[in-house]
Amino acid sequence: MLIVVCIKQVPDTTQVQIDPVTNTLVREGIPFIVNPYDTHALEEALRLKDHFGCQVAAISMGPPNAEATLKKALALGVDQAILLSDRVFGGADTLATSNVLAAAIRKLHAEVDQVGLVLCGKQTIDGDTAQVGPGIASRLEYQQLTLVDKIVSLDLSGNMIRVSRKLEGRHEIVEAPLPAMLTVVRELNRPRYPKVPMRLAAVEASVEVWNNQVLKLDEQRIGLKGSPTWVSRIFSPERVQGEILGDGYADPAGTAEMLIEKLLAKDMLPI
Amino acid sequence: MFLDLTEEQKLIQDTARDFAKGELEPVAAQLDQGCDRGLLLANLKKLAGLGFMGLNVKEQYGGTEAGVVAFSVAITEIARACASTAVTLSVNNMVCEVIQAVGNEEQKMKYIPKICSGEYPAAGFALTETGAGSDPSAMSTQATKDGDFYVLNGSKIFITSAPYAGVFVVWAVTDREAPKGKGISCFLVEAGTPGLIIGKEEHKMGQHASSTNELLFDNCRVPASAMMGKLNDGFRIAVAELTGGRIGIGSLALGVGLAAMDFSTRYATERVQFGQKISSFQALQWMVADGYTELEASRLLLMNAAWRKENGRGFAKEASMAKLYATESANRACYKAMQMLGGYGYTQDFPIERYTRDARITSIYEGTSEIQRLIISREILRNFS
Repeated sequence: MLIVVCIKQVPDTTQVQIDPVTNTLVREGIPFIVNPYDTHALEEALRLKDHFGCQVAAISMGPPNAEATLKKALALGVDQAILLSDRVFGGADTLATSNVLAAAIRKLHAEVDQVGLVLCGKQTIDGDTAQVGPGIASRLEYQQLTLVDKIVSLDLSGNMIRVSRKLEGRHEIVEAPLPAMLTVVRELNRPRYPKVPMRLAAVEASVEVWNNQVLKLDEQRIGLKGSPTWVSRIFSPERVQGEILGDGYADPAGTAEMLIEKLLAKDMLPI
Repeated sequence: MFLDLTEEQKLIQDTARDFAKGELEPVAAQLDQGCDRGLLLANLKKLAGLGFMGLNVKEQYGGTEAGVVAFSVAITEIARACASTAVTLSVNNMVCEVIQAVGNEEQKMKYIPKICSGEYPAAGFALTETGAGSDPSAMSTQATKDGDFYVLNGSKIFITSAPYAGVFVVWAVTDREAPKGKGISCFLVEAGTPGLIIGKEEHKMGQHASSTNELLFDNCRVPASAMMGKLNDGFRIAVAELTGGRIGIGSLALGVGLAAMDFSTRYATERVQFGQKISSFQALQWMVADGYTELEASRLLLMNAAWRKENGRGFAKEASMAKLYATESANRACYKAMQMLGGYGYTQDFPIERYTRDARITSIYEGTSEIQRLIISREILRNFS
């Protein structure tokens, strides 16, 4: 069985600023990282590989320099890394992106091994739409299980997966037949660190590049032309003002209690 | 002239930084306070798994073969989070290197992979004695030939990682009549060898999580095959290997100094007095400028020494210069950092007092600053005579 992990190179948004005049992202000098949610998808795939011995392929759509992201995946131990890169893929919205990723998964299914699972981060930290994973699932007609924080069981002979989904204030245990597409949250696991020798080997390793001559997709369904939505404006959200609770000097215990009540109600404290 | 790190060196730096930030920084204060040995050993095991124990050791022995520059930047990154972990790492790498440099094939295959893989949590470098510190050739631990064995008697002091080291490189006198330094040999002694006793742990000012112990030899019998290098050639080996170790300790000091300056500089941009951030006062701006300038000079001295070693050039003077300057500037950086934090810096609620304690030993162990000056001046003066 082949597990495909979809990863994306994103600017480190903890360091991104928005130019107040032009309202665009200041990208200069901002380091690129693997989308943090995707690192958890990658880790889970590698754990399944360690446990079941299945193969793992990492795919990413992006410009040629997104190769660095895939090399990180190779350093962590994926078997195959493919960069989906072509000028005609550029300017894609989530619909056009999921068309390209789904086509690549289809090709891997046909040429490498039967795809059992596709793993994605729940969303990217730059686009934040959370649409690409489900988009891939619907294009491929796979089961889609979003916001997974635990794989409860995976039965390869019975072709079934059971997962826990992290919803607001509750968990949902659901079961689905394979193949399935999972989007994952941070609580799923703790990503491993790449071993130094593997990182060094990954520098030399080659990342396959598939352009549209390989995927042969209708140009009306990919890139800018295949994107019915576009970004009209980018802006910094107004910082929501915090609130002052009680009086910490007059009544520290009571104030602390108010704070804890508030955090509990917002599901911000681990219980 | 190219001063940038290579792609490979950057990757190693990056891996070390990620690990240090994710695994070491959150527990460094806890390690300092509680001496949680289990936690230290667990982290060492993880670092071995990632390939950090034999950075400058050949792949055939389980090393990473990444070079001396990579070793230096890795130690700096680890020390930015936890000096105790960094010193253990530095000594482990040094022991791997000494075995690789002078051990025979059998010794290399037997011990280096165990250190690199983490099967041995650590390895020990047993040179110093109560009467032989800066002057190691004055040692008195004896190794007496007895058939196919050597019998070791005597004691060592300040031995890093002794309680959890799997193997020790031990120096002992094999010819009492020989001129000073000409009758010392080097042995590999496994932990658990009868007659090898791990003595009391020192109560140190800093680097608490790294254990420092006395080592006693009471009729400790080792096979003659445990000798490393040639008979009576041990002192030369010790001197050569200490030179490489100085790059490690200098790099460690740089890491601690950077941690102190980074913390205090961030603090200065947040702390308000007299109605303004204290970083807006020239007094603090100059501390920032001086602190970082000295650390940058340390870094360049270290890179130079590491590069020279990696490329087979002579590096003894350069390693001493780097060690001297990096360790003393790290101490000054900690002093400045504490001034910047004021009273808060003196409390255990902030890490500056820990950095200060951890930095202090760096200008003492692996050759005091005074010994470094001796080495440097001796080499310079030789060119004038």
